[in-house]
Amino acid sequence: MAKLRGRGYASVNYPTGMNLGGDPSQALIHATTTGTFVVSLSSVDLGQGIKTIAAQCAAETLGLPIENVLVDTADTDTGPHCMGTFASRGTHRVGNAVIMAAAEARGVMLEVAAEELEVDAADLETDGTGYIAVKGARDKRVHITDLALAAHFKHGRTISGRGIYLKEPSTPVPETGEMDPDSCQAHACTVAVVEVDDETGVVEVLELFNTYEVGRALNPAMATQQVEGGAWMGVSHALFETTEPYYPARDHGPRDFAGYLMPGPADLPVQHSLLLERPADNGPYGAKGIGEMTANAPIPAIANAIFDACGVRLTAMPFTPERVLRGLDALRTEEPC
Amino acid sequence: MTYRLAPIDTGAFAAERDGGDLTVIGSVVRRSDARGHVTGRTEFFEDVAPPRLAHLKMHRSARHHARIRDVDATEALAVPGVLRVLTHADVPNNLYTVLKLIGVQPDDEPVLAVDKVRYLGEPICAVVAETEAAALEGAARVKVAYDDLPPVFDVEEALREGAPLVNEYQGQNHFVYEGHHCRRIRFGDVREAFARADHVFEWRYQSAPIEQAPVETTGCVVVPQADGRLRIHSDTQACFFTLDNTALILGTPFNKLRIVGGTVGGGFGGKVDVVVEPIACVAAMAVDRPVKFVYDRAEEMQVSSPRAAERIYIKDAVMGDGRITGRQVTLYVDAGAYARHTPYGTTKAAAHLPGPYSIPNVWADCHCVFTNRTPSSAMRGFGVTIADFALESQMDRIARALGMDPLQLRLLNAYRDGDLKAHRKVAKGTALVEVIQKAAELAGHELPETYRRMSSTSREGL
Repeated sequence: MAKLRGRGYASVNYPTGMNLGGDPSQALIHATTTGTFVVSLSSVDLGQGIKTIAAQCAAETLGLPIENVLVDTADTDTGPHCMGTFASRGTHRVGNAVIMAAAEARGVMLEVAAEELEVDAADLETDGTGYIAVKGARDKRVHITDLALAAHFKHGRTISGRGIYLKEPSTPVPETGEMDPDSCQAHACTVAVVEVDDETGVVEVLELFNTYEVGRALNPAMATQQVEGGAWMGVSHALFETTEPYYPARDHGPRDFAGYLMPGPADLPVQHSLLLERPADNGPYGAKGIGEMTANAPIPAIANAIFDACGVRLTAMPFTPERVLRGLDALRTEEPC
Repeated sequence: MTYRLAPIDTGAFAAERDGGDLTVIGSVVRRSDARGHVTGRTEFFEDVAPPRLAHLKMHRSARHHARIRDVDATEALAVPGVLRVLTHADVPNNLYTVLKLIGVQPDDEPVLAVDKVRYLGEPICAVVAETEAAALEGAARVKVAYDDLPPVFDVEEALREGAPLVNEYQGQNHFVYEGHHCRRIRFGDVREAFARADHVFEWRYQSAPIEQAPVETTGCVVVPQADGRLRIHSDTQACFFTLDNTALILGTPFNKLRIVGGTVGGGFGGKVDVVVEPIACVAAMAVDRPVKFVYDRAEEMQVSSPRAAERIYIKDAVMGDGRITGRQVTLYVDAGAYARHTPYGTTKAAAHLPGPYSIPNVWADCHCVFTNRTPSSAMRGFGVTIADFALESQMDRIARALGMDPLQLRLLNAYRDGDLKAHRKVAKGTALVEVIQKAAELAGHELPETYRRMSSTSREGL
C-alpha cells in the first residue's frame, strides 16, 4: 500500500460575455454638489466585486480619487438596465458602460473647470488627486469639491454622463454553427500535483501551478482572490461535488453540507499563480472576463495527474475514492501479477 | 493592510501592455463590501423584516413522472396559521420559460404543476402561512394522488424511439434548434480527416449534476406597497431579467414591480432562474401581506437547478507528429424536465468546440436532452467546464498514446492569432501558447527551445 504521486496538465480558454451577445448593460453617473460621483447601476454583486471594479473604472476615467466615487446598485426603480451577473460579463460589460458614462461626465467636468479657471478645456488635466489643473501651470487649479458646487450654483451645469455597452446579437447558422459568440477569450493553464492513496482511493491535491491570461488585472488583489477561489472550486468539482452520486440513478442525493462535500482548509493545495496580461481591444482598460474560467483547468489537470500517479483513467466526475478504487481493481484484474 | 497578490508577468505581450499613467486601475483597492461581510453588517434580502410578514413553503412532487389525479388541500388549510394554499389556477400565466426574453420558445414549464409532474420535487402547491412552521406543516399535509408514468433518466435512452415523453410542450425529448435536432458545428470534412489519419482515438466522458452551493440560498421577500406596486427584495443575479419574467407570469405591467437587490451571498449561476419571485408575488397579492419565500438547503441541493450532467464522445484524427487534423464531438447535455437555460448552454458548448486548438476539420452534434430529473440550468462556466474536462483528458491520452510531452502536444495544436475557429470567427488576442509556456516555467517542466520560442502571434516553430 502506498501513496502514489502524479502530475497532470490542462490548458483552456474561456469566452467573455453572454454567448452570442445581445446582453447590454447601462451606467449613469452624476456629481452631487459635494464633488462625489454616484454611479447608478442595476448590476448585482455576488461577492465577486463588481461594485469595486465599477468604482475603479469611474475614478480612473474621471481622473479622480476612488474616494470620490459611490456605487448605487441594484434597484430597478433607480438603476438603468443590466442584463445580470453571469457569463463572465460583469467587468467587461459594466466596466465599459461605466467608462463611457464617466468619460461624458469628465468632459462636462473639464468644461465647467475651464469656465471657472477662464482657460481652454483642452489645456486642463487631472492626476487622480482631486484637482483639475492647467497643464504646465499646476498652481492654477480647482478642486472637484469646489468645482461641483460652482457647477450647480454658479454655472447651472450638471456634471453627469450616460454609458451603455452592447455586443450586438449574433445568430448562429443552424447548418454549420457559424457564429460570433464572444467578445474576447481569456486563457489558463494548470499543472496539478496529486497524491493517490491506493488503499483508500483518496486523492489529495498537493500543489497547483496556475497561469491565467486575464487581459488586464484591474485590481490585482481581487484578481488573485478570483483565480485562487476559482481553482478551489475546480478542485472541489474534481474530487467531491455532485447532487446525484450514482447518476443517472436518482438515489442518494445529498440534502445538506454533511452529505454534499467540499474541500475544507486542510484539503487545500498550495497554489502558485501567475497572471499574464494581453489587453483586449474591446475590454475596459483591456480586461477580459475571468470569473468562470478559473474553475475549469484544474479538473482535467487533476484527472490527468491521477492517471500519472496510479494508471487509473477516470472519465466520470467526480473522482471519488470509490471510483479510484474500482479503477485500481480493474487494473489488477487486467494485469494479474 | 496586506493582500495576497499573484505576480503579474511583464515579459509576454510587453509591447501590448501599456504601463500608462493610471492611478486607480491596476492598483489594489479594498473590496467595497469586505468590511461589511466580515463584520456581519452587510444587509442581505433576508434582513428585510416587514411587519405582518407571511411565509411560503412548497408542497412538492413525490414522484419522478406521474399524472396528478387529485390534489386535496383540506388538511393543509386546517393547520392553524395557514392563510392560503395556492395552485396553478391562482397563477395568471402559469406556463413560462425564462429565456423567452431572448426569443427562446416554447413556454414549457408550469410555475405550479397542472396535471402532471415531471421530476421529483416539482412544485405543486404553495402554502402561505403566518409562520414558517405553519407553512411547513401545511405543505406536509397537502395530499396528492398520482398515477405513475415510466420515467427516463438517461440522455441516450431518452432519445431512443419509444422512450417516455418527458415534456409535452417540447413535443420530443430534445430541444429543437431551428429545425435541427441539435446544435451543430460543421467545419471542414472530418470523414476525410479520419481516413487520412495515422491514428484515430475515440473516448467517452461523463459528469453528474453539480450544485452551485451558495452560502445564501435562493429567496425573496415581496412587500406590497401603498400605491399597489410590489417591492421585491431578491438575491437574483439579474434584477431586470427577474422583473421582466415575473411581470410576464403575473400578467401585470412591468412597472408594477420593483426589484431591490444587488448584494448577494454567492450565485455561481444558481440565481438566474426565476423560481421564487413569481409565486411569492402571487401569494403577496392573494393575502395582501408581505411574503417571504426562501429555499432551505435541501431544496437548494435537490430542487434548485444544478449544473447539467453531460456525456461527451470525442473522436480525433491524429497524425504521427501530434497534429490533430479532425475532431468529432457528440455531446448530450441533460436538461432535466424543462429547458431553463440549457438550450443556451448547449449552444455555448458548441461555440467552445473543439477547444483552444486549431483543428481544420470539426464536426459536433450538441444535444439538449429532456429527462425526468431536476431541471439543470446555469452554473459557472456551463457549456464549457465539463467540455474542458473531456477535451483536456483527451489531449492527455493522445499525448500518452503517441509518447509525446503533454505540453508540447498542446503547444503544437494551440490556436493562434489569425486562425479560423470552427464557428468561423478569426481568432485574435490569443494567449494559450504563453500560458502554457509560463506554467511550464512555474512548475519546472522543461520545454525544448523551439517550444519556448513559440508565440500566439506567429507561426514560428510550426
